[in-house]
Parts: sequence; C-alpha cells; structure tokens
Amino acid sequence: MEVFLSGPLRDAVDGATSIQVEASTIRELLTRLNDRYPKLNVHMDDGIAVAIDGTIYRDSWETVIPENSEVFLLPRIVGG
Amino acid sequence: MSDSKYTGQDFKVVGTRVKRPDGLDKVTGRARYGADMNAPGQLVGLMLRSPYAHAKIKKIDTSKAEKLKGVKAVITSKDLPDLTDGNAGLYDTLENCMARDRALYDGHAVAGVAAIDKSTAKKALKLIKVTYEKLPHVTDVDEALKPDAPAVQPRYAQEGQPSNFMSQGVFGHGDIDQGFAEADVIVERSYKTGQTHQGYIEPHACVATLSPDGSGELWVTTQGHFSYRNTCAQLLGLDFAKLKVTSSEIGGGFGGKTHVWMEPIALALSRKANRPVKMVMSREEVFKASGPTCSTSMEIKLGAKKDGSIVAASAVCRYMGGAFPGIWGTLGGMTAFACYNIPNNKAVGVNVLCNRPKVAAYRAPSAPMMAFGVESTMDQLAKELNIDPVELRLKNVAREGTLAPYGPVWGPIGIEPTLEAVRKHPHMKAKLGKNQGRGVACGFWFNIGGQTCSDLNIGADGTVNLTVGTIDVGGARASLGMIAAEELGIAYEDVRVNIGDTSSLGHNDTTEGSRGTFSSGMAAIFAARDAVEILKSRAAKMWQIPVESVVWEDGTAKAMGAEHGNLPPLSLKEIAAKAGNTGGPIAGHHEATADGAGVSFASHIVDVEVDPETGKTQILRYTVVQDAGKAIHPQYVEGQFQGAAAQGIGWALNEEYIYGDDGRLQNAGFLDYRIPVCSDLPNIDTKILEIPNPSHPYGIRGVGETSIVPPLGAIGNAISNAVGVRMNQVPMSPPRILKALDDAMADANSSEVA
Repeated sequence: MEVFLSGPLRDAVDGATSIQVEASTIRELLTRLNDRYPKLNVHMDDGIAVAIDGTIYRDSWETVIPENSEVFLLPRIVGG
Repeated sequence: MSDSKYTGQDFKVVGTRVKRPDGLDKVTGRARYGADMNAPGQLVGLMLRSPYAHAKIKKIDTSKAEKLKGVKAVITSKDLPDLTDGNAGLYDTLENCMARDRALYDGHAVAGVAAIDKSTAKKALKLIKVTYEKLPHVTDVDEALKPDAPAVQPRYAQEGQPSNFMSQGVFGHGDIDQGFAEADVIVERSYKTGQTHQGYIEPHACVATLSPDGSGELWVTTQGHFSYRNTCAQLLGLDFAKLKVTSSEIGGGFGGKTHVWMEPIALALSRKANRPVKMVMSREEVFKASGPTCSTSMEIKLGAKKDGSIVAASAVCRYMGGAFPGIWGTLGGMTAFACYNIPNNKAVGVNVLCNRPKVAAYRAPSAPMMAFGVESTMDQLAKELNIDPVELRLKNVAREGTLAPYGPVWGPIGIEPTLEAVRKHPHMKAKLGKNQGRGVACGFWFNIGGQTCSDLNIGADGTVNLTVGTIDVGGARASLGMIAAEELGIAYEDVRVNIGDTSSLGHNDTTEGSRGTFSSGMAAIFAARDAVEILKSRAAKMWQIPVESVVWEDGTAKAMGAEHGNLPPLSLKEIAAKAGNTGGPIAGHHEATADGAGVSFASHIVDVEVDPETGKTQILRYTVVQDAGKAIHPQYVEGQFQGAAAQGIGWALNEEYIYGDDGRLQNAGFLDYRIPVCSDLPNIDTKILEIPNPSHPYGIRGVGETSIVPPLGAIGNAISNAVGVRMNQVPMSPPRILKALDDAMADANSSEVA
C-alpha cells in the first residue's frame, strides 16, 4: 500500500511524501516502517497517529487496514 | 471493540437541559478544589525560584535553612536523580520541575522546602544561598532564531540551524509557486501574537504523601490524574500502582493542568520529611512557572483569481515554546488552512526555544495564532477583490471530500454550514454606528480519542453509579449521566457520575483535545449496554425463561414470543432488587482506545466599537456558530462556546506576557495581566449545529476548544472595519490601536502634503 507522510515525519523518511509498505494492521505498518527508517523511532516515542480513510487512530495498533485504503501518518495531536 | 459507528438513534434524555450535578456544591462552597484538602500532620511546601532569565547554578547552600526550627525537608535537584532512562521528554519534565545545572527562565524552581507552617517555610527560603552566574538570555521568538542568540538548550542544538530552532512541521499539497503565478491578486502580510496564559482561576495545588516504602497518595487539581501518577512515579522511581492520585474539583485548566509542575517536588519533599506536604502556587508562580501558550510571529500569503477562487496559500509561523521543545508549530501548521479548499497550499510551523516558562497546551493549542494571520489576510484579500468576506470564505470553503491540508480527505464536516448560518444570522443585518465595525472569522480544531475505562454499578434500589476516569472540566458528569440514563432507559436523576481515582479504574488519558465527552461517552454507552445484557439475563432467571426470549425496551425487560409474551415487564429497579438472588451485583464495564474522534469547525461574528480617543475596543455583540456533532447537554455546549469566545476576546484585546530587558516577567498578576471581566463582555449568543461524527454512536464531536480559534481574527477584522486600521499584532490593546490610528493619520497627512 502507499502510505503518505506529512509534517516532520517526512524528514525521517528522507523527505519522501509517500512510501510503499505491505501491512495489514497499524502494528505491522509501524513495525516495518521503524525497521526501514530508524529515524522514525523518535517520532514513534512521541506518538504517531495513523489516518485510515480519514479516521484518525492514535493508539489502536490492532486496527486492520483495509485494502486500497488512504493511509496517512500524522504527528500525534495534543489538546487543551 | 464494540461498533462505534453513528446510528442516528432517537433520544429521550440526550439533548435536554437537565440540572448540573455539581452546581449546588459549587455555589455553596462545598466543592473541594485542590487547596481544600488537608492531611493530618501536613507540612507546607514552598519553592525557591530563579530571579534570572538564564543563569548557571554554581552552588546551592541549604545548610542554614535545614537548621531552622520547623523545617522538615529541603530538596534541590541533587535529591532528584535522573531516572528517566534516556527519555528526552521525561528528562525535560524533570528539569522543568527543578533546575539542574542552569536556571532557564525567570521563576524556574531551584529548591523546595517543607516546614511546619508557611511563615517558617518562607524564612527557610530566604536562608537558602544560591550562587548564580548570569548567562545571556533571549525571550523574543524572532531574536531567538538569530545566529548569535544564546542557546537556551545546547543539548538540542542542531548543526546548520540556529541554536534555538527545534523542529518544523511542513504541511500542504499542490505547487504554491505555480499557484501564486496563476493568481490575479496576491496579499502578503506579517503578524505577531503575544504569549498568553490560560488564566484559570484556581492555582495549582496538591497534597502529597509518600512513605519510605514507596507507597503514596496525591490529591491534586489536574486534567489528567493518570498522567500525573505515571509521570510522578517515573520521576521518583515508584510503582504506578503504589501511588494513588485523586483529582479534586478543578477550577479551570484549559490545557494548563495537563502536565506536572510542582507535584513531583511535593512528593519528594514528603518522602524526605516522612509527612504529608501541601503546596499551593501563588498567582505569581502560576504566571511565571506553569505553562502559558506560545508567542508567535508569522507571514501569511494568499493568492486568488479575480472571481475569488483562492489558488495558492502559504504560511510560515514561528512558535515560541519556552525553554523546552514542543510540537506547537507542528499543530499550527496542520490547522492553518483547514477551513478552506485551496489547491496549492503550504504551511510551516516552526518550534523555537526561548528563556520563558515551558509552554503548555491552551485550548486548541497553536490554532488561534495561525487563524489570526489567515483570517486577517482573508479579509484583506476580500477587500482587494471587492468581494464580501463571508462570500469569499464560502466560495473557497472545505467540504466533505476536500483534501485536508495535513493529508486525509475530509469526511462530513461543518465549516460550510457554520458559514451559511453566519450569512443568514440576524446579527449580520444589525445596523452599526460611528466607530463601530463587524468582523467574521472561521476556526478549526481537532478532537482526540484515546484510552478510556469506565465502570457502571447498579445499586439494589436501581440507582446507578457511573465511574469514569476523565476529569470533568466542562460538564462531562452531566453529559455522561445523561448518556447512561439514555442507554438504561431510566431517569437522569437516578444516575450519579463519579471521577474515579487512579486505583479504581484502568488508565484513562488526560481530559484534553475535547475528548472527555467523546471518549468517556463512548465508554458509558458500552458499559451501560454491558449492564443491560446482565439485566436481561437476570430477568430471564427471575422468569425462568431463556435469555434469548428477553429484550430491553424503555428501561424494562420484556419477555418475547407466544409462550412468554404475556409476562408483565420487569423494570430495572425490580431486577436490581433481586440481584442478590440472581447472581449478585449488576455492573457494566468498558475499556477501549476510543478512536474516530471528529474534527470541529466554528464561524464567529463580532461587532466592536473603537474609541479613537483612548484606543479602547468594546465588544458590542458576539455570535458563535459551531458544529457540536451532537449536543448532549445543550446548555453546557453553549457554555463551552461562550467560555472559549471570552478567552479569545481577552487574548485579542488585552492579554500578554510582558518581559523586561532583564528577561523577567513584568506583569505576573491579574491586575497587570488583564483577563476579561463581565463588564467587558456582552451576552455571547450561540448557535449549535449538529453534523454527526460518523465514528461515534451518538455522533458526538468535542466542543470545548474550537471557539477560541476565530475571535482573534474576527476582532481584528471588526476593528479594521470600524476605524480603518489593520492591526497586525495581538493583543490589539489601546496603546497599539492608538499608535495605528496615529500612524494612519500621519500617512494620510504626508500623502496630502505630497
């Protein structure tokens, strides 16, 4: 699948706006990304959100990523 | 995970205006806030704070203080070993709670004292001798990015970047160079916003007890007692389970009570003294040493075709995060152009360090500043194009299917309906007088979900306790009680909602990001449905029929089918009364990571009158239109809209941290840092729209934060329309407006002479 990145996460994947990753869950996605791009590790520690077809998942790593989904990696959001 | 999709169900309790459960306690003084708790044998804890903006701590001599009669403990950073195991964020927290080798801002804690009373503790502070070596400081965000600026945190300095540049978030899509090349009209402006404090009325306060065996308790005013527990335990080397944190009533937080400040120090003092320690910040300490929001400087550029189609937008905004790194610029970059559908857009949010207190979230953190720049520029673009500002916004508004600037495609969103509601609102047709003007602006903010855990217990009399782990900062107890009543089919008055302490529930994330009613509401729904299944099984036992033959309708169990259909229904109270004979207590439970939080949009209208003699701006009329998804308790929702707008008005007109050349805060009190009072505000009108969040069973979106986003821009636009000067700096205080009027007059005169 094609995974899009925005914000500071792009710097961790050598400036790419999207990368190809095979993954069926958020856990698989993050694990494979972490293996390929160690610079993502610091962002993983801070927390990464995953948007699947517009729905943002913060911590649910078992969430299934349906085929042909639009997948974005986003910085973790905080609020007041 | 239970299915959390929106179902469009009809409601009986939800959407009504029931009595608030905390009202009586709060108006009679019975409510117990952070400073209202006392423990037997407690000591008074006070902090010694740096008088310098930046200084090396060469030596701290506590010997005289320790010898003072009545002093039971004195601690410095030497009593707080680094247990953070390489976790940079946690180390930042440790260093912020108490300076280690350097004081990083005016008010940074350098030592703590626990004594038998406040007078003794104050005397002890005076006996602590700190030898400082003053270092160069920087408190302005633009100065901090200059090559020769003093490095606030050398450990974070990066090669090839100014030493106080931390990180940046770049968001957007398309090609802005091409977009601006295609534009017929381009407007580019610069803006600055001042640093503001949340201004919560209740100061930080806690009572800490920590025994030598590592078990302890903390009573504290906080937005997230689980987070406080985890952080304190990690910093002090404790087991999470052995530290019980109980949240008090909270007198405002707005993001400022999402992080620990002095609580680990109170626990450390208690551990050293082996007695409870109570600490209450003074107002000066709250201003100097808790977490205000960022100051910013920015450039905004919009390009449009003559017909009003915006084809390009760019924003660069620098966020001053205090002495520690944050993600504030990143959040600002994500929000900049969220209200609009602009094919080529790019927003950059830069995170910058200064010698000021560690910044914390403030209600929709980072969005109001960026919106001030974007919404001010939007009005100036409308003027250049000779198009009505509301029509320009509507022409370019984001809709379902629009690509959000930070990536995903929007689902159903409410910005267009809020703008349509503004266009039709009677407020827009009201006549204006001399020196009066009207402004409109839009705003966006995220909501977040996160970890949530709730218990629902049904008593033998059929009344219900719902225990949640999200702090009630804005009416969540009423809303959650209504949800439980709705699901169970009982009266709202039969439900009492409690905030459980950290030993009574699984982890709950902090009440931030407008998540309380969204996430705990979801947990309440499923905990109640869990209990309903048990109620059905107990009814089946009472009837001696299969559970498959029982349904739950209108708060009663009903037997179904030809064989059992004539049995009279059993009410919840009847089933609860027999619980002891049918299997024991009846309870429901739910824990989950609540995902699918919606996004939230608002549009505001404001009328102002500017006194050209004094520069004072009076708010004449104010209207908030916001999408709530589903307003569980409309009165509370209106209160959130009004409160957020009121804070935005203060930010826009008066509030600002003022630092002297010495790097010290000059106005650390409510006399010199002026928040709006009742006489400054009209009755703020509200209009609730309900565009359901498809990922919540009731359609709930968070409502607490978004309406602080538009006021800065709306008021700037109104002032411009009232007296013809464009304010590019917040706060738009009387001196600044007078100067802008004088400058405009001087420009006009020089044009006449020329």
